[in-house]
Amino acid sequence: MTMKTVFKKTSGLTDKPTHYCPGCTHGVIHRLVGEVLEDMDILEDTIGVASVGCSVLSYEYFNCDMTQAAHGRAPAVATGVKRVLPNRFVFTYQGDGDLASIGISEVIHAAARGEKITVIFVNNAIYGMTGGQMAPTTLIGQKTATTPFGRNENIQGFPIKVCEMLATLDGAAYIERVSVHDVHHIQKAKKAIRKAFEAQRKGLGFSMVEVLSTCPTNWGLDPNESLEWVKDNMIPVYPLGVFKGKEGGE
Amino acid sequence: MGKVLMKGNEVIAEAAVQAGCKYFFGYPITPQSELVAYMARRLPEVGGVFLQAESEIAAINMVYGAASTGVRVMTSSSSPGFSLKQEGISYLVGSELPAVLVNIARGGPGLGNIQPAQSDYFQATKGGGHGDYNIPVLAPASLQEIVDLTWDAFDIADNYRTPVILMGDGMLGQMMEPVEFEKQLEVERPKKSWATTGLRGDGPPKIITSLDLNAESLEQRNHNLQKKFALIKQNEVRYETYKIDDADIILVAYGTVARITMNAINKARQNGVKVGLIRPISLWPFPERPFIETRDKVKVYVSVEMSAGQMVEDVKLSVNGHALVDFYGRTGGVVPTQEEVYEKIITVAGGIMV
Repeated sequence: MTMKTVFKKTSGLTDKPTHYCPGCTHGVIHRLVGEVLEDMDILEDTIGVASVGCSVLSYEYFNCDMTQAAHGRAPAVATGVKRVLPNRFVFTYQGDGDLASIGISEVIHAAARGEKITVIFVNNAIYGMTGGQMAPTTLIGQKTATTPFGRNENIQGFPIKVCEMLATLDGAAYIERVSVHDVHHIQKAKKAIRKAFEAQRKGLGFSMVEVLSTCPTNWGLDPNESLEWVKDNMIPVYPLGVFKGKEGGE
Repeated sequence: MGKVLMKGNEVIAEAAVQAGCKYFFGYPITPQSELVAYMARRLPEVGGVFLQAESEIAAINMVYGAASTGVRVMTSSSSPGFSLKQEGISYLVGSELPAVLVNIARGGPGLGNIQPAQSDYFQATKGGGHGDYNIPVLAPASLQEIVDLTWDAFDIADNYRTPVILMGDGMLGQMMEPVEFEKQLEVERPKKSWATTGLRGDGPPKIITSLDLNAESLEQRNHNLQKKFALIKQNEVRYETYKIDDADIILVAYGTVARITMNAINKARQNGVKVGLIRPISLWPFPERPFIETRDKVKVYVSVEMSAGQMVEDVKLSVNGHALVDFYGRTGGVVPTQEEVYEKIITVAGGIMV
């Protein structure tokens, strides 16, 4: 009986073992991005821009040309690349500290200008790499290293909903928020990432997929509890769905 | 091609375009906004890309992105905007990316004013951003010299894989002089096999990064950078001297201040004072040679700057105690007159005459 391969690691990822924590959904999200690039056969035409955070070493994991950007500046770096090489696919891979805090200006203006890049925004409501500090996306009441008594709206204000905000910009072509807390949602997440890159292929403008993600280490939960925490606490604040662009990849 | 009357800011832009720079990312700030506007009109004419960024921080990072693809790229700003770029410049150095960065310096610190200054010398020549590094700094004194130095800046950037600063001031940016853009010889440009171009069939993926979590490995990277800087120090020094052969007093000045100083020197010479000028054209690497050759004959050097005293420290290092080093400066955007500089020469001359 011959063996049939029904699943293998995507060629969109290198063989380097990742350094991510057990239960971290970066691994899943990396795989989805890698698979989409492989499925679309655009790996060799792609330049990724790595950001600063837990995923700072993503340039060792994505199997395409990669450039490291300063904290928050990936959309500006991506703009420089895409304006010189408009026929290549350019994406950024950023966490919530990188994109929504120090880099909020760069992503807003890249979207406003309609830069034909794809932003993969990994939102786990906390700063992972630096040890669990508050992020702009941290939830009210959530305890972090810099909100030890829980995020207080009177002191630290309210979480930022990036998809909703960027969807107001005419230059944004495709914006969707997804989650990877269970298999069903992982499959939907991959479809969204595919639609975002298709929007880039068609030259429609700025595309972004916000992926609700876990941080077991800094949330103080085990991997399974973390997935539940996304479903129970993050989705009510960050509703899933398409905020700009049409469903069905039009 | 004949001479054209142009504004300094526009000369820099045109020279860059003629040097093959087709990509410019910048932000308006007085007194260099004309450079940005010129690029907006000119680059589409040569099939290039101009983009006004949302800030000087975004602009330097767009430069980083474009540089990573291997093209010639430029940004420009003025002092407060240049402060914003320092992180990006450190990243360009650490990632060994070529680019030309123009600073049309103005009065500071803080918001300061829009008048000319030379008070960014420390920032430009002593690193400026974090980490162990220096980058070449070229200081033109005339619009014609801008044409040559801009061309040089792009060549130095490509040859050594480094950002290069073209240091101007508000006066240079705004003044109008006739310039000639001579067709430069096409030289073989270095291939950039390190560039991330996403080019199908170009080989395995390339990575551009300045991160290295292994300390010994990062130390080795730093050693390699230091070797590069040593090579630049050896090969890319530029300076001019004026009437120094018999001089008792040597003034040291760069950029527009050098021209003011020359007029003062001429008047002093007419009145019998043996005074000359060393004009650094590369601020980094600083030209030590003319100081080494004169410091045992000269009685005093006077650094003349539009600052509270920055280049004077490098003068002292090069003179190394062999002679006196004095300073004359105006700062906060004030431009010294040739009368003031002449008075300083006379005072110094009176002080050393026995």
